[in-house]
Amino acid sequence: MFLAKVYVTLKPTVNDPQGLTIKGALHTLGFGAVHEVRAGKYLEIKVEGNDVQKASSQVQDMCMKLLANPVIEKFRFELEEIKPA
Amino acid sequence: MKFGIVVFPGTWSDRDCYYSISNILGQKAAYIWHKDTDLSGFDCIVLPGGFSYGDYLRTGAIARFSPVMEAVADYSQKGRPVIGICNGFQVLCEAHLLPGVLRQNDHLQYRCQWTYLKTINTSTLFTSKCKQDRVLKIPISHYEGRYYADDDTLKELEDTSRVVFRYATPEGQVTGEANPNGSLNSIAGIINKQGNVLGMMPHPERSCEDILGSTDGNLIWESIIASI
Repeated sequence: MFLAKVYVTLKPTVNDPQGLTIKGALHTLGFGAVHEVRAGKYLEIKVEGNDVQKASSQVQDMCMKLLANPVIEKFRFELEEIKPA
Repeated sequence: MKFGIVVFPGTWSDRDCYYSISNILGQKAAYIWHKDTDLSGFDCIVLPGGFSYGDYLRTGAIARFSPVMEAVADYSQKGRPVIGICNGFQVLCEAHLLPGVLRQNDHLQYRCQWTYLKTINTSTLFTSKCKQDRVLKIPISHYEGRYYADDDTLKELEDTSRVVFRYATPEGQVTGEANPNGSLNSIAGIINKQGNVLGMMPHPERSCEDILGSTDGNLIWESIIASI
């Protein structure tokens, strides 16, 4: 079994009103050093099997088909093997 | 003619569409559950507004994998009319039947209000009854309606007259203030290359009777009816 940690983030050219609003709130709280905030999505996916390459290509496929929209988003992921307890 | 109204889990404007098509315009209409794939017998497919699959992940992202959507893609490839309204527009974009994406409104607020639309292209099968100098009063009801596409796509849409509606003032001026969500180029509706798939954020089915404040939405349904 593998644990995939998937990060879906906005492309740099795409503006992010949510990130701007969070930045404004952080400034209000006194975190004046905050220069930029970009909001994204984080998903944890457990994938059955013991072949790391197969798991990796499956997660890649999931990201391209569903988890990220290539018009505005990009993705990356990390895979960790989960040892049976 | 007979309209098919697709119902996903979470669709909420299906009955409004049914009401305006059958009670107001006197046409036949039937619901199509998202697991059905037989679209034979329908002259136009409607993807109504709502929150298909709770808007989880991204609006329309999960609905596009419903079995009916493969049938809708086949149907549209035959040149037959498909109209996506609000969430239906979002689903069409996710399904790549229309380019671009609908993102969170730039002010991060849900907006339920009247908008005034300038019909930019009156020679589509959805807008033949509209006139460029006659502003349409049709309401929006969305949080994610800000049209976005990359520069090349946007240029192609503009160069090929595929921007069908823009948000405008009641007098028909396209201004920043009249744009309710920050859509690029004030885009409220676009059409595909073939000219048979329309996506629009405003709800024509909610401006179908005087008691609602406008009947301008009927012009879109009447255009479709006239084309069949």
